[in-house]
Amino acid sequence: MNHFKLFGLPQSFELDIDQLTEQYRELQRTFHPDKFANASALERRLSVQRAAQINQAFHTLKQPLERARYLLELHGVAGDPERAGVDQAFLMEQMELREALAEIRNQPDPAAALSELADDIRRRTEAIIQQLGEQFQDASGQSLSAARESVDKLMFLNKIQQEADEIYDELVEY
Amino acid sequence: MAYSEKLIDHYENPRNVGTFDKNDEKVGTGMVGAPACGDVMRLQIKVSEEGVIEDARFKTYGCGSAIASSSLLTEWVKGKTLDQAAEIKNSDIAEELALPPVKIHCSVLAEDAIKAAISDYQAKQQGDSGSREEVA
Repeated sequence: MNHFKLFGLPQSFELDIDQLTEQYRELQRTFHPDKFANASALERRLSVQRAAQINQAFHTLKQPLERARYLLELHGVAGDPERAGVDQAFLMEQMELREALAEIRNQPDPAAALSELADDIRRRTEAIIQQLGEQFQDASGQSLSAARESVDKLMFLNKIQQEADEIYDELVEY
Repeated sequence: MAYSEKLIDHYENPRNVGTFDKNDEKVGTGMVGAPACGDVMRLQIKVSEEGVIEDARFKTYGCGSAIASSSLLTEWVKGKTLDQAAEIKNSDIAEELALPPVKIHCSVLAEDAIKAAISDYQAKQQGDSGSREEVA
């Protein structure tokens, strides 16, 4: 069963996270393996599988990146996570962001510079999430291909965000 | 995981790191990336009037295998014609550096980068670099 149907939600990128979480808790209660302690072996096994499926579906839909990748999969649009289908300008920006991140420790105030860079990354991420909403809303072939490109971009941004977070943790420790 | 000596050497002493002016008519720039690991690779070639690659530069943000693959590639393309350089296969790079299977995609990235740099240079020679910049 499709993850959206599982939670009784419309198949859309724009998602009410509170509603998703509420449905998730409800399903978790219904299919919790403890409730099947006295059931047959088959029913017990099914409830375990079901609980695992509910968990996986929730974690996929909760995160914008995973949700977008899942929607592309439902639309039959495949990407290659090892080869970016993004424009040169975006890659150039990524290189600049990475250069800035690599230089952060040499800044007079590394923590301030890092927090500025993190804000920049966050703004770019939000802009792409906004675009994804529009692209999936339209869902034409052209929009879906643009959505695939947005997903690639989001993956790059998530990765650099992670690295910025790691450096932040190191800076704060000392 | 055991990495080969060649790989470690290229990683620790990367060759030809740097930048050429991307607006220089003689320079071709290839930018590629891998979303899954966030790697970004820029490979630049400087081409003589005879169509021979005189010099090459790279800058890679990524894992050791991605850095070594692009470093090795800059050494290999020097002195080659564009056609010869375009024939370099990722499997040649993977073999030379003894890349482990999970890192083969790094050599694919390097092959994509040289192909992108060559087509950037060729597009420039046809004089449509202005419109291409706009598209990007």
